[in-house]
Amino acid sequence: MNLEFPLSQLPVGQSATVCQLQTSGSMRRRLQDLGIIHGTKIECVLKSPAGDPVAYRIRGALIALRKSDSKTILMNP
Amino acid sequence: MITAPLLQLNNTSALEDYNIKKEHPTDCIIALAGNPNVGKSTVFNALTGMHQHTGNWPGKTVTNARGICSHHGKKYILVDIPGTYSLLSHSKEEEAARDFLCYGNIDAVIAVCDATCLERNLNLVLQILEITPKVVVCINLMDEAKKKKIDIDQEKLSTLLGVPVVTTSAKRKAGLTKLMDTVEQLLSSPPTRAYCVTYPQPIESAISSLATYFQEENKTTARRTAKQLLEQNEFPKEFSQIENLENTWNHEKELLNEQYQTKEAFQDVIVSSLVKQAEKIGKAVLHFGNEAYETRDRKIDRLLTGKLTGIPLMLLLFAGIFWLTITGANYPSQMLSQLFTFLEKLFYAGCVHIGLPTWVCEMLCSGIFRVVGWIVSVMLPPMAIFFPLFTLLEDLGYLPRIAFNMDKAFQSCKACGKQALTMCMGFGCNAAGVVGCRIIDSPRERLIAVLTNSFVPCNGRFPTLIALITIFFAGSSPYSSLWQALYLTLAVALGVLMTFLVSRFLSKTILRGHPSSFALELPPYRKPNIGKILIRSVFDRTLYVLGRALAVAAPAGLVLWLCANVQIGSQTILTYISQFLNPFAGWVGLDGVILTAFLLGLPANEIVVPIMLMAYLSKGSLEEASSLLQMKAVFLENGWTQITAICTMVFCLFHWPCSTTLLTIKKETKSSKWMIVSALLPALVGLILCFLIHSVSRLFY
Ligand SMILES: Nc1nc2c(ncn2[C@@H]2O[C@H](COP(=O)(O)OP(=O)(O)OP(=O)(O)O)[C@@H](O)[C@H]2O)c(=O)[nH]1
Ligand SMILES: [Mg+2]
Repeated sequence: MNLEFPLSQLPVGQSATVCQLQTSGSMRRRLQDLGIIHGTKIECVLKSPAGDPVAYRIRGALIALRKSDSKTILMNP
Repeated sequence: MITAPLLQLNNTSALEDYNIKKEHPTDCIIALAGNPNVGKSTVFNALTGMHQHTGNWPGKTVTNARGICSHHGKKYILVDIPGTYSLLSHSKEEEAARDFLCYGNIDAVIAVCDATCLERNLNLVLQILEITPKVVVCINLMDEAKKKKIDIDQEKLSTLLGVPVVTTSAKRKAGLTKLMDTVEQLLSSPPTRAYCVTYPQPIESAISSLATYFQEENKTTARRTAKQLLEQNEFPKEFSQIENLENTWNHEKELLNEQYQTKEAFQDVIVSSLVKQAEKIGKAVLHFGNEAYETRDRKIDRLLTGKLTGIPLMLLLFAGIFWLTITGANYPSQMLSQLFTFLEKLFYAGCVHIGLPTWVCEMLCSGIFRVVGWIVSVMLPPMAIFFPLFTLLEDLGYLPRIAFNMDKAFQSCKACGKQALTMCMGFGCNAAGVVGCRIIDSPRERLIAVLTNSFVPCNGRFPTLIALITIFFAGSSPYSSLWQALYLTLAVALGVLMTFLVSRFLSKTILRGHPSSFALELPPYRKPNIGKILIRSVFDRTLYVLGRALAVAAPAGLVLWLCANVQIGSQTILTYISQFLNPFAGWVGLDGVILTAFLLGLPANEIVVPIMLMAYLSKGSLEEASSLLQMKAVFLENGWTQITAICTMVFCLFHWPCSTTLLTIKKETKSSKWMIVSALLPALVGLILCFLIHSVSRLFY
């Protein structure tokens, strides 16, 4: 069964769990520092006026990520 | 025996910033470390009685500060380090912070945590514990946690971590004595069973086999060094003196490479071990009573960052602030100028009375005293109103929302949304804005932010803009102040627009590259402490401006007076200079005096208008220019039109940054080349715009 989808497609108000990070290098580390690893629950909270970036609730903090970055985070429903 | 410096990996030149000397051997150095925006500076201020700037957004502190806290007769040197999410190092600053914790001669660390977001903060605490067991965990923002009904089992946390845990609400100064008591205890009896982060078996065995080489050190240091060695790609030659170490290292590295194919996979295991252990500890000590605690914040956010409302509200908010500034500054400004005119007469009479020669009296009164008076009456009131208002926004937590709203635009310029934060700092002072650019990770994007920072008007230029708008575009309708606010908003918007255009231009030419990653934390809205804002910003600003006025304007006034009065041949020096510049200035809608004023205003933008007035007064028939109305008469007499005013305003927005900013840019970029670029860019933009405005206007008149 393959239900994986990128974080960028998560609608506002819904949450999902991380299953894979597809970035590498410094962004991967940044995301990991914020606590985004396999199994982390992320909720989509707020869209900016232009629809990008989007703010997510990650381990209690509200973090804005650009679509180009959130696209690389694969989620499981 | 291995000496300590040998154990230092990487180059630690970044440590210069952190070079701290104890005055007395019993002094203790305590570092305040933690995630961004958890209240480190607030704790620091409360303990040291200093006034480090605090603000409700991540990245407020970018340079370390130190202060002294006396507790039970003992001296503690506290060091406030910039917030960081981890010690695994991304940017130069984070590396410097980590190296300071590792190799700085600190006696203990206070790990400040945000009680409302403890789990993620614990991740950093664990990393600090890997470096030193001498840690006091300070869980700050307890008042907010209580409101959100988050319960923290402090004792259990202390048992689990093996180090003392203290809870504080630094803003209310609660729990701070306990914090220092605990630090004192910790220093007399260091923890013996601090939490030790464990990794999966292959890594653990590699660490322990390498750690055997450092047995002379204590356990934590040995482990730390072993782990850092494993993270290296090549064996560091500093360690080659230690017999057999290199062989063991190669062997262990090979084993690990078999297990984890890539460096990335290895890093993943390290990070996820940390995060998972932090999560586990968090689960054990945290209890959430009320999940729906932040509905209020989300409602505000839906308005302030809404698709239809976000940008209009932002503009409205700024226009509102400008309106308050303009209307509020009007009356005090008049009062002050009357006061100074009166004082000048008194002062003059006094000078004459004590028998000074007339030319000295003239020089002191019409030179020094008048320029200082102009600066205080014209410049001070707008600043004294603007800054408390702006600090209010900052403390509320609105600045990161601005960055959030504007990021898309920055993204299309291939720049970083955090540049919006540095621009906000630039409103206060461009030099501060330039230093603030350290919050941007990518060197390319940081440089763009540095080079374009002076496109937003700083506090030295704001009052000039306000004065010119008031003089030339006031009108007489009852809504004139609204119009003025609108014009000022437009002027600032023009600055922002040019920032975008120039950033884009830079990204396409000399600073080519792709936008890098971006992660911005949006803090909760917080109630600002109005009393404190008023006191701090009025005092900080007032004293600062007055100090600057005296330091720069007084000697400048003297030089100016000499230039405007000493005659060589039949003309004054100032006339020579301005006549020399006149033809060129004419092309761009200015005149020689205006251009001279901007050139001489290099040390401080505040003195630009006074220079112009002084120059005009010396050659015209008018004697006084204390009120705005009289200033208008002076300008008109010297051939100013509304176009001249517009061109002057545009040039005020876009010319070279002041000398302080230029020096800061040189220091931050470590290059004179970029300093020159940063001066040429806005100057070129200003000259081109003024030329266009002037040429177009000529078609109509
Ligand atoms: N309610 C409440 N607010 C606090 C407390 N401590 C700090 N704050 C607020 O939290 C915000 C951040 O405080 P700072 O001291 O600037 O945080 P910092 O950790 O130095 O942040 P950086 O320098 O960006 O890393 C400010 O608006 C403070 O007023 C507290 O105990 N309770
Ligand atoms: Mg700080």
